Amino acid sequence: MKQDIILCGVGGQGILSIATIIGWAALDQNLHLKQAEVHGMSQRGGDVQSNLRISDTEIFSDLIPKGECNLIVSLEPMEALRYLPYLAPDGWIITNTQPFVNIPNYPTIEAIEKELERVGRVISLDVDAIAREVKSPRSANMVLLGAAASVLKMLSPELLEQGIAHVFGRKGQALVDINIEAFRAGLNAAKK
Amino acid sequence: MRKQLLLGDEALALGALHAGLSGVYAYPGTPSTEITEYIQQSALARERNVHSDWSANEKTAMEAALGASYAGKRALVCMKHVGMNVCADAFVNSAMTGANGGLVVTACDDPSMHSSQNEQDSRFYADFAMMPCFEPATQQETYAMIQAAYEMSERRRIPILMRLTTRMAHSRAVVEVNDEARPQNEIHFPENPRQWVLLPANARVRNEQLIADYASFEDDAATMGFNQYFEGNDCSMGIITCGIAYNYLMEQFPEGCPYPVLKIQQYPLPTAMIRRLAQNWNRILVMEEGQPMVERRLVGVLPTTATISGRLDGTLPRTGELTPDSVRAAVGLEPRPELAASQVAVPRPPALCQGCGHRDFYTALNNVIAQYPTARVFSDIGCYTLGWLAPFHAFHTCVEMGASVTMSLGAALSGVHPSVAVIGDSTFTHSGMTGLLDAVNAEAPVTICISDNLTTGMTGGQDSAGTGRLEAICRGIGVKEDHVRVIVPLPKNYDEMERVIREEIEYKGVSVIIARRECIQTLKRHASQKSK
Ligand SMILES: Cc1ncc(C[n+]2csc(CCOP(=O)(O)OP(=O)(O)O)c2C)c(N)n1
Repeated sequence: MKQDIILCGVGGQGILSIATIIGWAALDQNLHLKQAEVHGMSQRGGDVQSNLRISDTEIFSDLIPKGECNLIVSLEPMEALRYLPYLAPDGWIITNTQPFVNIPNYPTIEAIEKELERVGRVISLDVDAIAREVKSPRSANMVLLGAAASVLKMLSPELLEQGIAHVFGRKGQALVDINIEAFRAGLNAAKK
Repeated sequence: MRKQLLLGDEALALGALHAGLSGVYAYPGTPSTEITEYIQQSALARERNVHSDWSANEKTAMEAALGASYAGKRALVCMKHVGMNVCADAFVNSAMTGANGGLVVTACDDPSMHSSQNEQDSRFYADFAMMPCFEPATQQETYAMIQAAYEMSERRRIPILMRLTTRMAHSRAVVEVNDEARPQNEIHFPENPRQWVLLPANARVRNEQLIADYASFEDDAATMGFNQYFEGNDCSMGIITCGIAYNYLMEQFPEGCPYPVLKIQQYPLPTAMIRRLAQNWNRILVMEEGQPMVERRLVGVLPTTATISGRLDGTLPRTGELTPDSVRAAVGLEPRPELAASQVAVPRPPALCQGCGHRDFYTALNNVIAQYPTARVFSDIGCYTLGWLAPFHAFHTCVEMGASVTMSLGAALSGVHPSVAVIGDSTFTHSGMTGLLDAVNAEAPVTICISDNLTTGMTGGQDSAGTGRLEAICRGIGVKEDHVRVIVPLPKNYDEMERVIREEIEYKGVSVIIARRECIQTLKRHASQKSK
């Protein structure tokens, strides 16, 4: 079994901590993992993505081939669309609905929604609002991870929670609890 | 043995530490920065007192490492590919001195130019310096290879070039690592001290020796096990892969590649292995990341019976990094069905952060320059290069580190006025200072603006070599005291900033304007560190 995931968003939104938690969980399960990250220039407010591949057999390419990505997880709705050629015919998109507008020609929300409808298999959530509801406004990325956990077949939600505890553990139990709560809120919202 | 999730950069760093490293000498540059940062944060490195402070530039890094090697220690040099140009003199001549303690130079190439100004391929440097070169395909191999490189460097008494490309440097995978590290070397000096004094008489002798040694480097490339030949059943072609190209090939054939494959990860080119491949198949497909170096070597000039395919005949794209998709097409497989690219997703270029001091500096500069239609502004490499984009469109050139100062000098000497340079603090100490000395000696009418955010911003906020001493450096180089001016780039200061810039443009000599305000990214980081 193999799962190819593209994590995307805008530089500074925190896609790398999502990747770190999934990576911890995959390592814990003795799975193979490859994760190509973007560092450098585009982190200055440009589009950023990370290719994450998990498998129980050897993985060769660090990059996901076109048409093979099982899951696009996006912290920003327009960014979710940037990687459509990579999406597998039965692949899913899980995206935040809150736009990050830092360019003058940002498309209308209607245009983005229409394009997402074209794909069909989409879970759209306002992760910022959900994070605020559970009083952890800075954990929007964990809400999104929770939503992704609903379709991340190879890693159970319980395991990902352990990953959160591991990654944030150094910074204290309070932060772990906040992030796990955000994660659960995302998971529940996605199941609806 | 234990398993860790490591970037290629980190696997290299840890492998070097486990090989008994005594010092890493480096200047930051994407995608190489994380090698040095890993060592800076490593408990083992701290325990062993491994040097890991940033160097002023790649040349000082290379030379310091050569000094460490002279003293018998194992040393590592790291840089992005264009850093090789900066350290080329030291690098090429280090093959002439040879290594005493193991010396490995790591160059991280950036095909597709994700964060770079060109696509140069560092393997060429190893080739013409007559140095061995290693190019791993996986993070696990990177970890093993750096250790083998140190062993070979000491056995053959030669520095070694490790070449990584972006997708190896910045991709994470599970790596099995040793529990123990080899001890560090004790101080010991070279057996042949003449070789380290490159007077022509010594250098001529050494050159003959190096050429003779080069043949043994090729033997190593055939026997050390990193270059591998895999048999295949389909005789219609043979494939040569270099470095990570192997991964993209095997991605197409998870059950095994039907074609015979020569996987190259160590140079000089293993010629006997290539001949073996060519004997049996009359078409050879070469897949390499970067420039078509191996392919061109095989194609040569005179006609051959074999067909050589790759980037030169269009089987693979001539430029840009390889991808699983371009390699799929090259081996003749049908593309997988894919959705059309969305027209709704528009480009989102990087931009200067909101609140960044470079923004305020450019605003003030633009207001002054607007009154001088003949002005030319020469900028440089760093976050402030983003000032070329909207809304600032603030300058006319950006070439390589330090060029702002010297290009403004050349233009001023050719009659351009005002001639203004814009350079970051780290870029200034990297290679702007010597150009400033030329300007002072020429008494040229140039206005050199150092946009000082107290850090090396573009690469993630590393320490900057001249922090706190820029005025003293400029005065020491000979800029007159009254023409070293400091301004604070904030909207409330626009009037004063513009007055200073105008005064210095009107001055018919060398002036330096330092626009100083801390990078808001490092400011945030420092604030959160304090609150802990
Ligand atoms: C020869 C060379 N080495 C390294 C780099 C990578 N690099 C690009 S910009 C930069 C930092 C510039 O820092 P600074 O001049 O202080 O400007 P800032 O980014 O902080 O605005 C570095 C290290 C490069 N492009 N060329």
